[in-house]
Amino acid sequence: MDDFYRDYILDHYRNPRNFGTLEKPDATAEDLNPLCGDQIRMDVAVAEDGTVSDVKFSGKGCAISQASASMLTESVKGMKLEDVARLSKETVLENVGIGISPTRMKCAMLGLRVLKSAAVGEIAGWPDED
Amino acid sequence: MYALESKAARIAADFPILQSTTSRGKRLIYLDSAATSQKPQIVIDELVRYYSEYNANIHRGVYEIAARATDAFEEARAKVAAFIGAQTEELIWTRNTTEAINLVAYSWGMTNLKPGDAIVTTQIEHHSNLVPWQLLAAKTGATLRFIPVDARGVHVLDDLDELVRGAKLVAFSHVSNTLGTIAPIERIVAAARKAGATILVDGAQAAPHLAVDVKALDVDFYAISGHKMLAPTGIGALYGKRELLEAMPPFLAGGDMIRKVEYERTTYNDLPWKFEAGTSNVADAIGFGVAVDYLSEVGMGWVRDHEKAMLAYALEKLAPFEARGLAIYGPKDPELVSGVLSFNFADIHAHDLASILDTEGVCIRAGHHCTMPLMEKMGWPATARASFYLYTTHGDIDALATGLERAAEVFRL
Repeated sequence: MDDFYRDYILDHYRNPRNFGTLEKPDATAEDLNPLCGDQIRMDVAVAEDGTVSDVKFSGKGCAISQASASMLTESVKGMKLEDVARLSKETVLENVGIGISPTRMKCAMLGLRVLKSAAVGEIAGWPDED
Repeated sequence: MYALESKAARIAADFPILQSTTSRGKRLIYLDSAATSQKPQIVIDELVRYYSEYNANIHRGVYEIAARATDAFEEARAKVAAFIGAQTEELIWTRNTTEAINLVAYSWGMTNLKPGDAIVTTQIEHHSNLVPWQLLAAKTGATLRFIPVDARGVHVLDDLDELVRGAKLVAFSHVSNTLGTIAPIERIVAAARKAGATILVDGAQAAPHLAVDVKALDVDFYAISGHKMLAPTGIGALYGKRELLEAMPPFLAGGDMIRKVEYERTTYNDLPWKFEAGTSNVADAIGFGVAVDYLSEVGMGWVRDHEKAMLAYALEKLAPFEARGLAIYGPKDPELVSGVLSFNFADIHAHDLASILDTEGVCIRAGHHCTMPLMEKMGWPATARASFYLYTTHGDIDALATGLERAAEVFRL
């Protein structure tokens, strides 16, 4: 598990990308990890062509939850909203690399769950249960 | 110090799980006894003996093993009752502390509270001694008031008399599971008595670690969990003053809690069985009896002294980390606190800390500890919690310190 905390994970944790909120998001959602209280909110701005023009995340929680949310926001800019709604847990796992134990999977997936909820307009399921 | 240490080492040797190693080959360092305690071999042995030799349903059977199971079950009840200073028929078996509290909420609360009545609790409660009262208040129209705690988690009693004035129920925890704070129980009970309130104490974190005498404390209800005091999971108990229990309607209804059943009406059984419907958790109740035998032999005075010593050692061992961002919460005074230490380390989230400690074989808890309102009040998204018990050794605390050093490395502090 300690090999999970590589430089880029700690970097995203300490210097999260796209951190904050949007004044007038086109889509927004927030949720908590019931295990431990990690919280994430995602605000999405959608361009006329249906692609993500801006995305911001805010919240507090463990390095896994915050770092994977940060990396996710970088991945989805320019993506079509309907593609965001179809993102799978593999996307997150590719971003964060190896080493997430089963007990910490919800921490890693929280950002994706919230982003997908924003994209579809209602709370989505947990990506690792798809 | 040496005498304490060698007795602790002998005690630790009685707990088979503490001799195990993790999948990474690290010695298991168990610092989460506030979540659940480990079990001594004699408790484990009795469970095996029960199921191998005398498992039978109780109270009804005429044959030999049924009589043996019944006797063992009721003898365990007598032991646990005596352990906390109660009369045998005032000791009701439940699944755990939470169920015991819910029993009082339903059986006593629903009958005795009306709109406008006040229930007084504290800001440091576990959800199990808060949510049932919220539900009860919503159902009966009663209101909830809170005895505050300060930034150290110590009860603020300045307005105590005012707070309990006119209260029908005062429900509070004896020891905090998050900060280990030992409540000023005598003062709160005295104020509650003066106000004419009924008094319930959540003893889940107290009974395992301190000598408890419910008659001396003069409380009306006292709830405990077996699994936190060396007994198996799935067994707890509620002490209730006889007169109160006699007056209360039953909690769960069904077999065994009855005297006579007709189609149209039923009369209820005597105490304590009036509050024990259906087949009880026989094996684990017997296990609870063995657990209190073990604790009685060790001596609760020794348990308390040992935890104070462990806490003092931990504070000393962890002090050098404070300059590097370790924040230890609570009163930090072994006299005021039972063996629980909640902390955060620099910007490392408690979950990450717990994961890194896990790789070193160290088991701690991280999160909100079922005290979300307290965490919110204190401004902590989460805390890490190490908790001690009679089998904790200096080596365990050394391992915690080594683990923190490792976390500092991983997070480049």
